[in-house]
Amino acid sequence: MIEDKVNKTVNDEADACCCGPATRNNIRYTVIPAAGKIQTEAGEIDVVPVNWVFRDYLGWILVRLNINRMEYAVKPGLYAVGKPDRSSPVLVTANYKLSFDVVRKELAGLNAWLMAIDTKGINVWCAAGKGTFGTMELIKRIGTTGLEKVVDLKRIILPQLGAPGVAAHIIRDFTGFWVLYGPVRASDIKKYLDAGMKADTRMRRAEFGLLDRLAVSWLEAVLFLKILIPVSFLIGGAGFLLSRHFSSPLLWNKSVFVIALLWVAAFTGSVLNAALLPYIPGKAFSFKGSLLGAVVTAILMLLSGYSLSWLSWFSVLILMSAVSGYIALNYTGSSTFTSRSGVDKELKYALPVLIGMAGFSVIIQAIILAGWFL
Amino acid sequence: MNLRYLSGVTTLSYDSDKCRGCGMCAQVCPHGVFALENGKAKITDKDACIECGACRKNCPFEAIQVRAGVGCAAAVIGGMLRKKSPSCGPDTKGGGCC
Repeated sequence: MIEDKVNKTVNDEADACCCGPATRNNIRYTVIPAAGKIQTEAGEIDVVPVNWVFRDYLGWILVRLNINRMEYAVKPGLYAVGKPDRSSPVLVTANYKLSFDVVRKELAGLNAWLMAIDTKGINVWCAAGKGTFGTMELIKRIGTTGLEKVVDLKRIILPQLGAPGVAAHIIRDFTGFWVLYGPVRASDIKKYLDAGMKADTRMRRAEFGLLDRLAVSWLEAVLFLKILIPVSFLIGGAGFLLSRHFSSPLLWNKSVFVIALLWVAAFTGSVLNAALLPYIPGKAFSFKGSLLGAVVTAILMLLSGYSLSWLSWFSVLILMSAVSGYIALNYTGSSTFTSRSGVDKELKYALPVLIGMAGFSVIIQAIILAGWFL
Repeated sequence: MNLRYLSGVTTLSYDSDKCRGCGMCAQVCPHGVFALENGKAKITDKDACIECGACRKNCPFEAIQVRAGVGCAAAVIGGMLRKKSPSCGPDTKGGGCC
């Protein structure tokens, strides 16, 4: 019976997020210098400090900028915070170092066991979607850490956002440990424990406040730099060469103007759109981004006083709107309230429209440029 | 605050005959889609569903069905291009998702 259930779970996890667990196994773990050791029946366990040092802050900033983001992990296993004993709570998190750091920081002043399970350095929510923050890994980790020798009460606390990957009842059937789902946010852990392991409605909801929206929006902007930088050089280079060819600064000036607008559009679609997300009309992210991109670009073009024919003006506006809309569309993955079916539907309509907008603009500009040669 | 995504699209379905009222779905849902009423779960806000699959995974009685997946355009586009199901993270190159 239990075997059937477990097999079913394994099959579920193989197609959870549809491609199975991440295959990376070669991550170099970041070592957090231990603040001490605790002897248990399951062996010696490292005590991790609750304070962040310079290195932790630096790592946090870098991963937000997509630097070393996929190589930021701690070794899976059981750790101690404070001076836990056989009756202390056991909290589970991912082995993404940022997740681990945030949790240990929030545990300041408490005595607890902290178990990092092997999510290949991915955060709880995304790993749960992939199935790596999953039932089988948790069962395995409870076994390899010898958790039942460390604590008397067979109870573990998981972050609520790990629930898409973990079947609590199967963990219980297989290991005897009861899974309790704690709050969504690490910052509520203390309150949750103080309340006798009860989360109120607020603790159970994935909110998406301004600071959260901004924190994850930079990544979108940084990821887009890979396209933005070469495209800028391409446009700038073409503008420079054509200006020399026709001995007129006009095309060079225009290329610089377009590049500047492109950078603004990228910033608008990522950071500005994220900041204003709840206040921009519409539900589809691409619509919000396109609208905001068009408004910001129009304001800049009017303020700049740069003179263009109305057709050229309009096509530049459309292009920037499409760029902003496309980047905003990608932000669906960073948000906390979009669904796969919703994204499927949005893509069906938005992609052809965005590609059409960009194509229209490029054709108009190509025709205008061709005029120089005639 | 207008943090709602497209409505009428979720694949979430729920069979109240199988429900035994354990309340796990209401507990794990990050958007309050389920509530417990008279000893049974009830869908109270279907359009808030993000198809994360937490309720389905944690329902011991298999009363909930949903096509779980990532609500991430980069992953879905990546999936289309590679003719695979969408996913995010290290399995795909780039992609802002997670």
